[in-house]
Amino acid sequence: MYRYDEFDEAFVRERVAQFRDQVARRLDGSLAEDEFRPLRLKNGLYLQLHAYMLRVAIPYGTLRAAQLRQLARIAEEYDRGYGHITTRQNIQFNWPKLKDVPDILGLLADVEMHAIQTSGNCIRNVTADHFAGVAADEIEDPRPLAELIRQWSSAHPEFSYLPRKFKIAVTGAAEDRAAVRVHDIGIRIVRHPASGEVGYEILVGGGLGRTPMIAKVVREFLPKGDLLAYLEALMRVYNLEGRRDNKYKARVKILVHEIGIEEFRARVEAEFARLDGPSINADPAEQARIAAYFAAPAYENLLPESGTFEAARAANPDFAAFVEANTFPHRVPGYAALTISLKPIGGAPGDITADQMRVVADLAERYSFDEARATHIQNLVLPHVRKADLFAVWKALVAADLATANAGLITDIIACPGLDYCALATARSIPIAQAISTRFADPVRQREIGPLPIKISGCINACGHHHVGAIGILGLEKSGKESYQITLGGDPGEKAALGDILGPGLSADEVPDAIERIVARYLDTRESGESFSDAVRRLGPAAFKSALAKEVHDAA
Amino acid sequence: MAAPKLPPLPVILLANDLLEGEVVFRTRAGWTRDPRAALVVHDTEGAERLDTEAKAAMARNEVVDAYLVDVALDADGLPVPRHFRERFKISGPSNRPDLGKQAEYAVPGKR
Ligand code: HEM
Ligand code: SF4
Repeated sequence: MYRYDEFDEAFVRERVAQFRDQVARRLDGSLAEDEFRPLRLKNGLYLQLHAYMLRVAIPYGTLRAAQLRQLARIAEEYDRGYGHITTRQNIQFNWPKLKDVPDILGLLADVEMHAIQTSGNCIRNVTADHFAGVAADEIEDPRPLAELIRQWSSAHPEFSYLPRKFKIAVTGAAEDRAAVRVHDIGIRIVRHPASGEVGYEILVGGGLGRTPMIAKVVREFLPKGDLLAYLEALMRVYNLEGRRDNKYKARVKILVHEIGIEEFRARVEAEFARLDGPSINADPAEQARIAAYFAAPAYENLLPESGTFEAARAANPDFAAFVEANTFPHRVPGYAALTISLKPIGGAPGDITADQMRVVADLAERYSFDEARATHIQNLVLPHVRKADLFAVWKALVAADLATANAGLITDIIACPGLDYCALATARSIPIAQAISTRFADPVRQREIGPLPIKISGCINACGHHHVGAIGILGLEKSGKESYQITLGGDPGEKAALGDILGPGLSADEVPDAIERIVARYLDTRESGESFSDAVRRLGPAAFKSALAKEVHDAA
Repeated sequence: MAAPKLPPLPVILLANDLLEGEVVFRTRAGWTRDPRAALVVHDTEGAERLDTEAKAAMARNEVVDAYLVDVALDADGLPVPRHFRERFKISGPSNRPDLGKQAEYAVPGKR
């Protein structure tokens, strides 16, 4: 895992000191809110409905036990005992007091963490496949790439005042678990079809929000050594030509859409040709230095299967169900990657208590080479658990209420904070997630339905990724009431697609029944082995319209 | 200066406390954390005074995000925001009754 060098350390400490001074000047009145707001946002501090909110960066979602314990301490001493994992692999605290935030940032700095570039019109936390370095379908671990981008983009003077926020996601695998096609820039590690050389496919102009778009390929193959110069060229084109007159048109997706991908590509290539690549690109020694931090841990030489594990699985159906839903094949024989679901039945998606953080920290330390990950699906992952240890880990998770066996299933719902916390919300999202989760609580039924990612946002900004949910739910206001729009057929992965709106909005009460009908229609019409998303792709969302229409009719 | 656009009457003034972020309500004497103690204003002049006070209190760095909220009165004459957004704002996260004002006060309009 990456460790700060003395420059990183000094930089983060200096920012804490600056912010301490800025808060002091805010409190003594020498800074007005208009002057202070941009400063606090540069340190991830928002004002929400009930309180301030602090968003802490978890670079590409990777955490050490000591960091999790520090987050637990912050949650307990300065917040209300919990945190919220977000779709951008960050963690948010919902109740910090302004006067305490400098101390909180100091505690974060003690464990090489911060809240820098988690807000504002800059390059945000780079997200990555949560099975990076683990997945068998991976060409290469994308985290050294993510770390290189993090270092290059941190406090980059030219790109600190972009037209709008800028989000980058990376993956090294064939299956896209990082939603790279709905990011401003998505990077896929690929092999050159002719030479076999490993390099990057660069996608640009994806995004959700008010104007959702799927990214387009801007460069099919970029040699690895050219990465930073190419990104610099791309960012420059955007920085110069992205619209600053209208924040709704300021994302790079709009520029790409307006001038077309061919023209955009031509401008980036022209700029790239003008730049002095060697002065920008990371030299091989630096790349190697970063890559060394992500060297594989000292795996043991294990047999692919473990007798103790198989025996425990045969003897304990609950454990077997957990293993089936929540483990992911590890490329190293005898190991598994484990998803810790933060979606207990009826719970708030992504919320985790301080005690639970400590449990995960202990497990990470003891069983997973001191590593845990936050996923964009708002869960945690223990990336390297010996199969022989899974039963012990499961028992510890059961005791901590962290053993819900639902990864990828219908109750593994993404939901943004919505109107229960967020000042921009038009409706609540958490209670909708809770109602659906409770409705589909039966584990047997969940397995029968199979993978079905539901994603919920509390307003058009789409922090809950609703556009790319197999079922998406968007909370809006209609005639003074919360109203929910259902979309079908979204996909964040390699078959990226935006969902189609199914029909008129529903009241909160009607949503679980509507989901029920949609699921029933799927179960009636699916072919053998066909997933929900595949069925919707084959039949088209329109085939599900009447399931919703019945609901609206009944309600009328 | 053009007259500020005011919400329909009656109104209360709410804000977030600068230091702590907690939601606070204007009374005759200052700010309170208790939603039941909010000053309810029924006339245009009063609302304009409250609006002026909102700006002044922000300028004095007491509070942030101060604005008038139109309310209805419940059976006890206590103010209940007409819009559901502010009903949540004066109450707390609906999935966590143990947090926010609802944990401490009998928030008007709740049940
Ligand atoms: C609570 C304070 C939050 C505020 C003020 C906020 C604000 C916004 C806004 C304004 C956008 C639309 C940006 C645009 O289209 O230009 C957006 C998008 C987004 N936000 Fe948030 N958000 C918040 C919380 C969250 C949370 C909790 C998550 C994760 C659960 C999140 C993840 C995202 C994602 C993934 C997008 C869409 C991707 C994209 O940018 O296109 N945000 N947010
Ligand atoms: S989607 Fe809207 S309601 Fe949800 S967190 Fe984002 S801004 Fe808030």
